[in-house]
Amino acid sequence: MTEISAPAETTTSTAAATTTQLRPGELGTNAARPDGVPKVQGRFAFANDLWAEGMLWGATLRSPHPYARIRSIDVTGAWKIAGVQTIVTAEDVPGQATYGLISHDQTVFATGVVRYRGEPVAAVAADHPETCRRALAAIHVDYEVLQPLTDPEEAIAGTRDPIHPDGNLIRHQRILHGDPEATGPIVVEGTYEIGMQDQAFLGPEAALAVPDDDGAGLELYIATQWLHEDRKQVAACLGMPEEKVRLVLGGVGGAFGAREDISLQVHCSLLALRTGRPVKMQYGREESFYGHVHRHPAKIWMRHHATADGEIIKIEARMVFDGGAYTSTSPAVLINGITHAQGPYRCPNAVVDGFATRTNNPPCGAMRGFGVVQACFAHEGQMDKLAAAAGVTPVEVRLRNAMRTGDPLITGQPVDSVAPVERCIRETDALPMPPDLAADADVLALPGGAGRTADRGHVVRGVGFGVSIKNLMYSEGFDDYSTARCQLNDGVVTLKFAASEVGQGFVMLAQQIARTILGVDEVMLDTIDTQIGSSGSTSASRQTWMSGGAVDAACRRVRELLFESVAERYGLEALQLAIQGTDVVDTIGSLRVPVAQASAGLQLDETVEYRHRATEDLDENGQGNCHVAFAFVAHRAVVDVDPELGLVKVVQIATAQDVGRALNPLSVAGQIEGGIAQGLGLAVMEEIIVTDGMVRNASFTDYLLPTALDAPTVVFSLVEEPDPQAPLGAKGVGEPPCISVTPAIVAAIRDATGRDIHRVPVRPQDICLA
Amino acid sequence: MPVLTPTSVDEVLAHLDERPEALLLSGGTDVMVEINMAHRKAPQDVVALRRVEELRIWQHNPSRPGADASTVTIGSAVPYAEMEHGRLAELFPALAEAARTVGSPQIRAAGTLGGNLGTCSPAGDGLPVLSALDAVIHVRSASGGRNVPVGEFMVGVKKNVLEPGELITGVTLPVRRGWQGYAKVGVRNAMVIATASACLATDRDNGTVSLALGAVGPTILRCTAAETWLAEQADLSAGPLDIGAGLIAEFGQRAATEARPIDDHRSTAAYRSHAVGVLASRLLRRACA
Amino acid sequence: MTTASEPEIYRLTVNGESHDVQDAWLGESLLYVLRERLGLPGSKGACEQGECGSCTVVLDGAAVCACLVMAASATDADIITVEGLAAADGLTDVQTAFLDEGAVQCGFCTPGLIVAVHHLLENNPSPTALETREALSGNICRCTGYGRIFAAVDSVVASRAEQNTA
Repeated sequence: MTEISAPAETTTSTAAATTTQLRPGELGTNAARPDGVPKVQGRFAFANDLWAEGMLWGATLRSPHPYARIRSIDVTGAWKIAGVQTIVTAEDVPGQATYGLISHDQTVFATGVVRYRGEPVAAVAADHPETCRRALAAIHVDYEVLQPLTDPEEAIAGTRDPIHPDGNLIRHQRILHGDPEATGPIVVEGTYEIGMQDQAFLGPEAALAVPDDDGAGLELYIATQWLHEDRKQVAACLGMPEEKVRLVLGGVGGAFGAREDISLQVHCSLLALRTGRPVKMQYGREESFYGHVHRHPAKIWMRHHATADGEIIKIEARMVFDGGAYTSTSPAVLINGITHAQGPYRCPNAVVDGFATRTNNPPCGAMRGFGVVQACFAHEGQMDKLAAAAGVTPVEVRLRNAMRTGDPLITGQPVDSVAPVERCIRETDALPMPPDLAADADVLALPGGAGRTADRGHVVRGVGFGVSIKNLMYSEGFDDYSTARCQLNDGVVTLKFAASEVGQGFVMLAQQIARTILGVDEVMLDTIDTQIGSSGSTSASRQTWMSGGAVDAACRRVRELLFESVAERYGLEALQLAIQGTDVVDTIGSLRVPVAQASAGLQLDETVEYRHRATEDLDENGQGNCHVAFAFVAHRAVVDVDPELGLVKVVQIATAQDVGRALNPLSVAGQIEGGIAQGLGLAVMEEIIVTDGMVRNASFTDYLLPTALDAPTVVFSLVEEPDPQAPLGAKGVGEPPCISVTPAIVAAIRDATGRDIHRVPVRPQDICLA
Repeated sequence: MPVLTPTSVDEVLAHLDERPEALLLSGGTDVMVEINMAHRKAPQDVVALRRVEELRIWQHNPSRPGADASTVTIGSAVPYAEMEHGRLAELFPALAEAARTVGSPQIRAAGTLGGNLGTCSPAGDGLPVLSALDAVIHVRSASGGRNVPVGEFMVGVKKNVLEPGELITGVTLPVRRGWQGYAKVGVRNAMVIATASACLATDRDNGTVSLALGAVGPTILRCTAAETWLAEQADLSAGPLDIGAGLIAEFGQRAATEARPIDDHRSTAAYRSHAVGVLASRLLRRACA
Repeated sequence: MTTASEPEIYRLTVNGESHDVQDAWLGESLLYVLRERLGLPGSKGACEQGECGSCTVVLDGAAVCACLVMAASATDADIITVEGLAAADGLTDVQTAFLDEGAVQCGFCTPGLIVAVHHLLENNPSPTALETREALSGNICRCTGYGRIFAAVDSVVASRAEQNTA
């Protein structure tokens, strides 16, 4: 049973100083999702559900080897199969042969060499998925199998030939801050390992490509996180101008970072253009595991120097993120990891070395938390060691070091976001503990559950804490922006934006903004596509801030125009006017006109680009104001462990999260609980197992996601201290919930068992065997 | 009809006689996965068993004069969901416990013992119970029938002694006097393949105990050495059982040595051996409670 | 007795209506046929292995994974999908509760869960918290962490109980 504690006392938001009741659907209410009804009816069109008259199915042939030279590809057998319409390989790619989010180093189809198990080699279009499968089976690829590079240390040491012309080291960055020789009476160190997690969004990759009649362009319906970035890469690979490649968002069944990179977009488009017919492609679960990037597995060594009271003097770290075969977003993930090495704590001195390597392991890239998950697991393990060495509690050591607004990161950047770290820790600590495990507890409440592995007497409880800082938005000088259009025609508001709705609820938030700013109840949403400027990526906890900011700005411009019109008509000053409820009112007079009436006959139409403040590159010592803003969160985990069998039941997670302002409290609750489940997965059950470059568990049978029986009780407190930088006062809430929960759970396992566990996911043998 | 849907065992067998390679389809929880994932050749000839009533019932056979126990015959197409509750669960608590750990509610509504036996994975959840209870597997073909003790039915990883043209019609289990229980180790609390599993069943009338282990060998393993040893150490006809902690612990250690687990992507041999030892001890301790 | 090498027409009864399926490949699952041949794409496929529950339908009164049912073998079964739960364009109380309690994010798991919850409550009108969790343990949700889903179930249980005593 999930308990939701009432939000702890909140600071009154200065943005909502009105004493009037909130209107249903405004900012701050639990507004309904506009896509909710179709979703519960099963009528919502995910990309997987799209269909077109005369459409063909497409499918991809993938490398069975992690590293091999391609001697030849023989497709003649596939052509003989009735129903096959076209077959494409690398030589059929009309434009750029490679793509990528940062480096264009990833192949559309392998050219001469395959660098990871699953790399696309060819694609077919045919009349039925089964025909596609048979056609793929009939394509003969002659491989010369090579010895894969699988150890990131070899990539760093340079002892292996480059597996790619760009070399085996994707990025190296060092951070030197303060006095590298500083030390202290307390020194604690540890080496922490984080396994490869998968986003495992439920709606597998899917797209429908519809070619124009003249074959010079196409429409691509795609489930993705960033329409315009996809378009840029697709157009380049097709050798077409961007305006000829029109992308429309197909319903997205979750993303969590896995849809930032191109997967089937170019393949599907190419097949459609070649056949002149619509082509539908979708991955099954197994192919999905091969078809998208994963969270970087990482190995992190850390050493903390501190005063006798446990106050951090210096941190040293060496972080290795294995990026796998292609670059994806590894350079940015690495920067996030190393710039967050200190955690949400004051740290005057630092020496950090970070490496992102290229190997023949599966390519890794964005996943919710983006490098900070790994860093946090390490720094929180360190904080507990620090607590023990200083003779204080885990909570106390964190309070002593807690960052405050204005404190610098080890990059020198002052954290001028509101930084209520101490409050997050205290409020988390104050949330009620769960009841003790009853003597006659139901078997489902014990570790091992219905497997009946434990009796009550076999179970030990533990408690652990974790705290995290997480940057919001993009970094290192990236000119990120979002575009939104607001129209007010005859009392009807229509919004247009290209922000991908992946489940997080931006479509709902956009309506809430318009209702609040413009005093209308019904807000229409135009199609999410590339017929408007970019909204940037649905990632990095940025959409509320950036696209919310754009929608907010566009609505305000329209409101200005509305007020000007009303002012002119009634002989008033626009400055006197305000929206109250659904009326335009004269704040110093008696005029009150419903917005619908005031806007009758008007065609107001404003498009705005919203930008955040500029950020900087890091210099060679990792110094620079490279991030935009930050959010904070604390977690407490209560676990019951069967130490003899090493089985764990996560009983309760308590959390206080720095959200700035809860624009839709129910939706925030959903992000918190959902993120916690993902962090729990990384803590105790989720890992892509790779041996010699081969994925051993590309299925839901063996890649284990938390089920309803694994979900803990969640109690939470929202820390609402509006951020003055944030356009709506609200910080992004998507990532923090999944970050410090993982080390909190592991800390609780350590507390219950006394074992020094330093890798996630924790496996039973890590707990009960030497 | 593209798929044959017979209503009697005789109909099934007649078809199998003509087409011994026909695909037998019960709950589909293994077969359809193989088809969906294209790991199995495209089916040409399918016999669906869902309308064969005889296979979907279970019956309590009264004990014959001179025989020790009554028996229960469970049709091979009885879904696991039906074993979790009611009279069948009362007669075989270990089977009910094992059934509850199969997959998910959706899987349990479709999955069957016939399917588990057909697939014959050493991690099959119901199989350790069949083994511990010395189940007899009823196999029929157009030319006759044979009754195969479960230990002889499973011969390797996903290998059983079924011949083409044969159908598993049911499983007969003895109703024994004495405690029985099941435990399964999995890393999450639902839909998990056993890392290690065990079924302990006592037979007070014969003064014996059976311990069957799953997921720690190519087939389900019976710990005959540990069973024999325990029968020598303690009076297993007693009710309640009275076995000291030291013996319970040693029983677990002995059971662990009879396991033959491997390392794979799910777990390690070392952990599996350790785990079955712990399960064996804990089950025995529960038997004494 | 037919040999099954050449698929013919077979008939499925879904949501009370009879549908002819023709020219189908024998190995097609019920999920595939519902989605690609019968115009009922409400049931979703996320794993094709029965490990996620997104394809949950009710077949002869049992909640099963449609991806594990060979469509051509279900010819005499009574099949109910998410599309068949509410009247016309309406919403059931379970669907409304999912919306009101914030239990819908990306929505991919939602149809399977709606069917599973209906099935649960039909067979157990007042489940305990653990019974609810166990009944839904075959439905994976990656977005919500289940908290809001449990709240939706609780809400329906409470309001149905109220109606029954009213």
